[in-house]
Amino acid sequence: MSDIDTQRRQFLKTSAGAAAIAIAPGMMLYQTVRADTAAASSSVRWGMLIDTAQCKEGCNDCVTACNKENGLSGKTGTTDSQWIRKIEIKDISNGHTVSLPMMCQHCEHPPCVDVCPTQASFKRADGIVLVDRHLCIGCRYCMMACPYKARSFVHETLTDQNPDVPRGKGTVESCSLCVHRIDKGQIPACAEACQNKAILFGDLNDANSEIYKKVRSAATVQIRADLQLNPGVRYQGL
Amino acid sequence: MVDLSKLYSMNRLYYVLLAIGGLAVLGGAYAVFMMEHHGHIISGMNNQIVWGMPHVFAIFLIVAASGVLNVASIGSVFGKAVYKARAPLASLLSIAMLAGGLTVLMLDLGRPDRIIVAATNYNLTSVFAWNVVLYSGMFSLVVVYLWTMMERRMNPFNKAAGLAVFVWRFVLTTGTGLIFAFLTARQAYGSALLPPMFIVLSFAWGLAVFHVVQKVIYAWNEKTLDPAILQRTKNLLGVFIVGSLYMVATYHFTNMYFAQQKGFELFILRDGGIYPNLFWWGYVVFGNVLPLLMIYFPGLGKTKCVMVASMLVVLGAFALLYVFIIGGQAYPLNIFPGYEVSSTFADGQIAGYTPSIYEILLGFGGLAIAFLITTVSVRVLNFMPQDKPYISD
Amino acid sequence: MRLLVSLLLCLCIPAALAAEATAPKLDIGKGGECVKDTQWMRKNHMHMLKHQRNETVRKGVRVEAEAFKACVECHASASDNSVTAREDSFCVGCHRYAAVKIDCFECHASKRKEALAKKETK
Repeated sequence: MSDIDTQRRQFLKTSAGAAAIAIAPGMMLYQTVRADTAAASSSVRWGMLIDTAQCKEGCNDCVTACNKENGLSGKTGTTDSQWIRKIEIKDISNGHTVSLPMMCQHCEHPPCVDVCPTQASFKRADGIVLVDRHLCIGCRYCMMACPYKARSFVHETLTDQNPDVPRGKGTVESCSLCVHRIDKGQIPACAEACQNKAILFGDLNDANSEIYKKVRSAATVQIRADLQLNPGVRYQGL
Repeated sequence: MVDLSKLYSMNRLYYVLLAIGGLAVLGGAYAVFMMEHHGHIISGMNNQIVWGMPHVFAIFLIVAASGVLNVASIGSVFGKAVYKARAPLASLLSIAMLAGGLTVLMLDLGRPDRIIVAATNYNLTSVFAWNVVLYSGMFSLVVVYLWTMMERRMNPFNKAAGLAVFVWRFVLTTGTGLIFAFLTARQAYGSALLPPMFIVLSFAWGLAVFHVVQKVIYAWNEKTLDPAILQRTKNLLGVFIVGSLYMVATYHFTNMYFAQQKGFELFILRDGGIYPNLFWWGYVVFGNVLPLLMIYFPGLGKTKCVMVASMLVVLGAFALLYVFIIGGQAYPLNIFPGYEVSSTFADGQIAGYTPSIYEILLGFGGLAIAFLITTVSVRVLNFMPQDKPYISD
Repeated sequence: MRLLVSLLLCLCIPAALAAEATAPKLDIGKGGECVKDTQWMRKNHMHMLKHQRNETVRKGVRVEAEAFKACVECHASASDNSVTAREDSFCVGCHRYAAVKIDCFECHASKRKEALAKKETK
């Protein structure tokens, strides 16, 4: 007998329809949630412009803010991590002095990324150079390679880290451009803390941003530009 | 009636040697435990001197491991019978020293528990990632090479295996030199001369280690090395010492010509305190000039002289590596050329370094691993060079 | 052969009984179900963490509910605000039972943010 079981067919159609209606909202919700948290994009290039004329010798606001934001000890011993530091430079030929903050320069062609054996040191799509501490084996090769001595090694066990900034013993770390703040739409702690507005943060690719315009109007340099790493941090007044 | 007392005492001596080696390894294990638990804060390394004593030991062992295979290559690739007889011993030494050096390197990592991550995540532009493949490949190739020598049925493949080992170790030692050569920003490194320099250094250091071990093995077995063979191999050591001195001299002379490098060179060669001392006395005088005198001076150059010369070359190697690795980091990075700098992060300052006991224990642990592997293997298997009656060629 | 199989089966019985008796008691903090159901989490949280960390760190995709610190916020004990402080803390309880070492808290904070904030203002 080759009767088509219409009752069975009806049942299957109804249950398929009911299942689709049950799942659909969940799937749509999933889509919405995903769309809100987009990945970092290469159309953006985060950078900073530091006006050294506004930077005062003896002022450490940016350093203090960075330490507080990222849970660093703030100590300056030989084994203590410093993600940002103030450097006083004096021209040997004429004695002219300048004060400036130095941190990871977030190069376009980072030597630290080239030498890292496990790809722990990597450049995110939007130009921020980070250490993926899940992969870092603590070989310190990136510390040897960095022309700016931007990286620090964690020499001892850490406790009570800032939940936004996980950091631990045996891995290498450096200025993350406050990536946890940037992803929320804020600016790095150092830029926010500088009372003299010496640190300007923005998207170097965005024609409407202040940094884009200022980089094209004022004379700015990259430090160790001869190495052709194209850092995302530029300095004015050097 | 056979006199067995000598045999018994040699037996006892063997176990004493194993015990000493074992103790040194235990010392290294203790150091590793302490560093793993407390972090690198107990070591002398810091954010300015990131690579220290363990790296001096490790790089010596790795470079010498590659260089000692020269003895084997001259035999298998270039067909010199005297060297061919010594190829198995050279290969064993290579494996032993490579094992010791890599152990020190891997246990000095900040996260040695993540070796698997290093073995499974590769960054193709990183020399370290290449080295993971190069070093493990070296192990397997040398084992295969040993097999072609010790298993009679595999002898026909000896030449091919020898060639493979020869090429591979050149790539490996070039890689070791490239670790430093690729660091463009550091004044001590970032030079294309470094890979060839390391290759020539490996020749000298490897042969020196070989001489020492060979002498000990011959003494243990109460045999004497044919003076003609000793003459030939010691002259070769002399040539390699001259070659390596030439490379180091060229490196420094060229550097001194550049105005931007002058400060660094004066630091290493004159003003840096321990670094010039180690370089001139440790490396040049004790590590090169004295051994050359002992090798070539008429009337000298017999077994004892060669032994002492080889040990001095090894000491000179440690001195050079200390100056190269640690001195190279002690001199401040030149971030602002033409400016005097100061900061809380030792910018513009010479960095200080005092090796801690943990680093020295770790380094000696690596040496002990190489020692143990060699001692046990030589006892268990036949690594004694089997010389045919020597005919000069 | 049959004797061997029956012997092995006999050994399973006390193991099964024992499992019931020594199952870890957990202080699940606030508990509830943020991401997936309990049984799925028990089986797959390690795979989820490994995938999620790459999404967040390397790609910059941050879904609030799936962040590691969100897990800690919820599951930290109500009494000491930690997921690792005591033997029955949320992470430690099961991991100790299964003898799997937790690597996360070398770097990640094991306490709720408010607990750390309180510590700072003290």
